[in-house]
Amino acid sequence: MRCQDNVRLMHRYLDEEANKEEEMQLRAHIATCQDCKRHFQELKKTIAFVQSLSHTKAPEGFTERVMAALPKEKRKISFFDRIKRHPLLVAASLFIVLMAGSMMSFWTEGQQRFEFSAPQTQNVKVDEEHHMVIVPAGKTVQGDIVVRNGNIKVDGDVRGNVVAIDGEVYAASTAHISGEVQEIHQAVEWVWYNLKKVFNSLANS
Amino acid sequence: MWSKLDITEQRIIQRAKSGDRDAFAELVDLYKDKVYHVSYRMLGNQQEAEDVAQETFLRVYANLDNYDPQYKFSTWIYRIASNLSIDILRKRKKNLSIDAEITGAEGVDWHDRLADTSKGPEEEVLIDELQEEVQDAIMGLNPKYRAVMLLRYIEDLSLQEISEVVQLPISTIKTRIHRGREALRKKLRFM
Repeated sequence: MRCQDNVRLMHRYLDEEANKEEEMQLRAHIATCQDCKRHFQELKKTIAFVQSLSHTKAPEGFTERVMAALPKEKRKISFFDRIKRHPLLVAASLFIVLMAGSMMSFWTEGQQRFEFSAPQTQNVKVDEEHHMVIVPAGKTVQGDIVVRNGNIKVDGDVRGNVVAIDGEVYAASTAHISGEVQEIHQAVEWVWYNLKKVFNSLANS
Repeated sequence: MWSKLDITEQRIIQRAKSGDRDAFAELVDLYKDKVYHVSYRMLGNQQEAEDVAQETFLRVYANLDNYDPQYKFSTWIYRIASNLSIDILRKRKKNLSIDAEITGAEGVDWHDRLADTSKGPEEEVLIDELQEEVQDAIMGLNPKYRAVMLLRYIEDLSLQEISEVVQLPISTIKTRIHRGREALRKKLRFM
């Protein structure tokens, strides 16, 4: 092995990167080459010298001086800084809050009153006294039926969703409902239902 | 990878981040000796070392919010301290460029330091002479090499950690350490 290569090996060894084989090579070469042996010893001595430098400590009162030099109050990150950092998140949460808010008011507004919406009202019967909307057998409603504060009885066909808010859906064995059947009992669910509707329509558009 | 000590440290950092000044004082106490020592060996001058150490902590304080806990806190602090030291050395070189040839070496004033160790007078002189030679040899290194050698052999950092501190690839760190060792060997071989 050339001495130049051996010096490279010494440094690998000193970096703790030499494998067993390289270490053997290094030792074998050093055993026969006086120059390399001296070189290696000098390197190890140099490291020991540097490591022997006494550890000076920070002067007395250092921490106090640093603390005294600090600005008086830690700068708080303002609300607007945070907003600037996450504009998308803020936009999304603002959207949800506003949506939820408007739906909640819509919800409280309509409380207690029996009402319903359905296309082709001639195809549904309404029992005002029992707060009941009926889709009679043999009749077909093209679209969604939504009833608030009342029940829905489906004997015929509904080509759409059937939703009862604070009410129940009765589907007869003869009924065909192509959409979803849902009973919504709480304001939160109502909001969720609306959000879902918005997202679905966004996704489908 | 986190040790128990690191976790305690991360808690202190969290408290300091939320504006707790006592927690920040704890951080200063934890790191002041390391920061001061590495600055002192970089600059060879007590007053400048203290200035650099203080400025390091002021910057840490101002930028606590930007500290990424993914990295060791010490890595960040060493980076600030070594960059500040190198800045001072650059400025000093500019100022000294006229009379540098006359004085011969940077940071000669380190000789009159380090006297207050609790050793006997004779022993003290011997240690002092050796330390003086070693410090002079270190001061003779280019600051880039000096910083890497100090982090490796005085602060005992791994090659990986040094590469994070100076933000250079490990291969570059290795080259600097190899050359640094050879340069010091040439100066110290007859000791």
